[in-house]
Amino acid sequence: MTYLAKPKLHHPSLSKNQAGYTRRDYEGKISTLCAGCGHDSISASIIQACWELDIQPHRVAKMSGIGCSSKTPDYFLGNSHGFNSVHGRMPSVLTGANLANRDLLYLGVSGDGDSASIGIGQFAHCMRRGVNMVYIVENNGVYGLTKGQFSATADKGSKSKRGVVNSDEPLDLIGMALLLGATYVARSFSGDKKQLVPLIKGAIEHKGSAFIDVVSPCVAFNNHAGSTKSYEYVRQHNEAVNRLDFIEGREEITADYAPGESVTVYQHDGSALRLKKLAEDYDATDRIKVMNYLQEHAARGEVITGLLYFDSQAEDMHQHINTVDTPLNQLGAKELCPGNAALEKINASLR
Amino acid sequence: MKPTDIAHPDYFHKVVDCQWACPAHTPVPEYIRLIAAGRYSDAYMVNWKSNVFPGILGRTCDRPCEPACRRGRVEEGNVEMRKPSAHEDGPKAEPVAICRLKRVAADNKDDVSARMPKAPAQKNGKRIACIGGGPASLTVARDLAPLGYDITIYEADPKAGGFMRSQVPRFRLPESVIDEEVGYITGIGNITVKTGTRVDSLKKILAEGYDAVFVGTGAPRGRDLDAPGRKEAAANVHLGIDWLASVSFGHIEKIGKRVIVLGGGNTAMDCCRSAKRLGGEDVKVIVRSGYEEMKASPWEKEDAIEEGIPILNFLVPKACKVENGKLLGMSFEKVKAEYDAKGRRKLVSTGEPDQFFECDDVLVAIGQENAFPWIERDAGVDFDQWNMPVVDKVSFQSSNPKVFFGGDSAFGPKNIIWAVAHGHEAAVSIDKMLTGEDLKDRPLPAVAVMSQKMGIHEWSYDNDISAALRHKVPWQDQKLTLKSIKVEVELGFDAKSGFAEAQRCLNCDVQTVFAPKLCIECDACVDICPMDCITFTPDGEEAEVRERLTAPALHPDQGLYVSDPLRMTGRIMAKDEDVCLHCGLCAERCPTGAWDMQKYLVQMTHAGPGCRKPQRKAA
Repeated sequence: MTYLAKPKLHHPSLSKNQAGYTRRDYEGKISTLCAGCGHDSISASIIQACWELDIQPHRVAKMSGIGCSSKTPDYFLGNSHGFNSVHGRMPSVLTGANLANRDLLYLGVSGDGDSASIGIGQFAHCMRRGVNMVYIVENNGVYGLTKGQFSATADKGSKSKRGVVNSDEPLDLIGMALLLGATYVARSFSGDKKQLVPLIKGAIEHKGSAFIDVVSPCVAFNNHAGSTKSYEYVRQHNEAVNRLDFIEGREEITADYAPGESVTVYQHDGSALRLKKLAEDYDATDRIKVMNYLQEHAARGEVITGLLYFDSQAEDMHQHINTVDTPLNQLGAKELCPGNAALEKINASLR
Repeated sequence: MKPTDIAHPDYFHKVVDCQWACPAHTPVPEYIRLIAAGRYSDAYMVNWKSNVFPGILGRTCDRPCEPACRRGRVEEGNVEMRKPSAHEDGPKAEPVAICRLKRVAADNKDDVSARMPKAPAQKNGKRIACIGGGPASLTVARDLAPLGYDITIYEADPKAGGFMRSQVPRFRLPESVIDEEVGYITGIGNITVKTGTRVDSLKKILAEGYDAVFVGTGAPRGRDLDAPGRKEAAANVHLGIDWLASVSFGHIEKIGKRVIVLGGGNTAMDCCRSAKRLGGEDVKVIVRSGYEEMKASPWEKEDAIEEGIPILNFLVPKACKVENGKLLGMSFEKVKAEYDAKGRRKLVSTGEPDQFFECDDVLVAIGQENAFPWIERDAGVDFDQWNMPVVDKVSFQSSNPKVFFGGDSAFGPKNIIWAVAHGHEAAVSIDKMLTGEDLKDRPLPAVAVMSQKMGIHEWSYDNDISAALRHKVPWQDQKLTLKSIKVEVELGFDAKSGFAEAQRCLNCDVQTVFAPKLCIECDACVDICPMDCITFTPDGEEAEVRERLTAPALHPDQGLYVSDPLRMTGRIMAKDEDVCLHCGLCAERCPTGAWDMQKYLVQMTHAGPGCRKPQRKAA
């Protein structure tokens, strides 16, 4: 960590996006995480993605729970709404906020402790409901704030910094998200922004629950030989199934890949995701095959990354429960209490 | 790309733009830090070692360091919209006021006379003559006298100092400052200054048996005006540099009410501002070229305009109008600039009628020339087709091995700081020659490298970057300054504003040193760098790597620091040195210490044991 605020001076060529902001305008306070923490790279990727998408900072709500990862919303999007909730409770707070105001862009940032242990139930139901949000888990396999005990996502057989071997099965957040109906599922690595930034952009534009598991090495407690979440291990075992190019609606799609090497899928808002295939037999739209593929490769010790699953026909919670288009918090008393006559009508329809 | 050879002293020296640009390579950030720490005497001595005349240069230097200063580039695109405070200049991107900070050190220092070198008790028996008592000769004397050489300086004027004393007006440079800094040199001990002694024969000097002769006679001849009526108007048309010298030595105290100054250089600016103080009420500068192309430093032009002196451009002198032996005025042809296919400028008449300006006196400051009537052409010194001595650009030796040239007399008119730089090099040559060494075998500068780490994330220098704009140097009230030529115009920064300005320095000598073996490629440095200087990318050719940088490289002349391939991915680290703030955040954020902030103190080699081959002592 550093004690100084990042100097306001910026590169002379720093440019403004269509919303009128520079990339630096999307920064937050200076990070107090350990030097070299993967989480800081994820924050930088979120900043980059939001700048590239011309997002109005005041249209974003960032939510988190407790932990190293859950501190990070303080370090990006300093001009956005934020809520630092109780440990593991980010999904329900976010769901509530989303119900009240469906117009904001919801960014849930959590960690492997916050989501895979204390908040596992919250995580599961949030995915199941299809809350329209970006759910990022900054996954380092240890409890960094309490000095490096294994977390629920630590791989079986991996070693702690003191040499203890983990004998418990890891909790597979990607597998659970797929099972529970997440409609945009990705895994990435904090050390690979070229992969991570487009994945975040695609997730932001996705309407439905988008889940990104980001392996984010803990330099202080989980970056040693024997760890499966270290910079070195992930770099050696990273198998990307595809490369994602995020294309905003207004941009023309120019094909620079040979046919058959890439597929283009469109989202609700007209933006396109172009996937360059790296694994030949991989189909990111077939959920069953994806689950099988991931299990097979995980058994070989590979860290599969990329846009793993994508449903272009996704629906979100508001569609499921058929809410009005106007955000609930903008409705007045007249709309919310339509009066006796309306109540009578509803009651009559139920008789 | 080939990994950057950071072991070569020039690589990191070049990153210290100001020091690299300074002809004498003054360690600028080093002394600015000392000023910020209130250690004025130490700051003064750092300067004195490199540039010999900190007090004089802090008021008059041509400051090649400032256009080079990184701060000017760093502020681009950052400060244009800011509202400057009352003490600040701008709002525009501007360098640190390096020159005027030098003066802060000189003004606030304690008595430093005890820190000045003294002649050794044991002299080496070698005698050296310096012709001319200006900055070049004085530098040679200062460098050589403490080594035991016996120095004789020949000066035509009543006091040593040369150009600094005779031509720089007192309202820019008080006499006391010249006396003090010339005094530090003559006070060394074995230096004899023969004032009022004009040398009229090199052969005579050589015949006196000196072991070496250094010629530092400047460019003493002012170029004259060639126009009809010039001769008739002789009583009222003066050569700028001669007139300034007469003013300096008190021979001239008055000038007519209406004065025209011809020329666009710094001498013209000194002439017009002096005239304004000696009774000139309507003083104007008239220049052939456009305003931008004038040779004078931008700040000297601004200072003249500030004092109410108009500068009229694109007017070529045509004739002096004289009636009954009295100068009435001058006529000028109106011209405009035209550029040919090769981009060369030509001034062509606009066809408009000539302009006439009435005046009582004309000061001609249209250039200076070298003149060596006193060097016999058979004294062993070769002259070229332009009647300039043939001088080696590195050793400053002429074709007569005993005779060296420096300052304006070597390669034509430049300025004080160049004269000092020449003096240092000539002193090295003389020392090497008289100790029997090869003059061409010149050692590289000495470099001291030290990590600045204090605590885990604490550095021995202040890395909290100041957002302040350049501070204005306060001026004395114009009512006082325009009344007397002896009242200094600039008051200089006081301790408080000097500190604030010193804090704008980016400490470019505290280098970002990268150890690729320690890097785990976590990207922490890339994320934190406020200027987006750092990139991790696959190796390639330089031109192509520059295309792939995090932020575009705006100045290809600025170094690209490239590492060996990294262990994990084989990528390289490429850092564009251009707009680095040297804030050290990359090193603070680095978990493995792969980035370290290390101070590179580059010291040029002066005359003495350091410039000679190491002597192997018997075991």
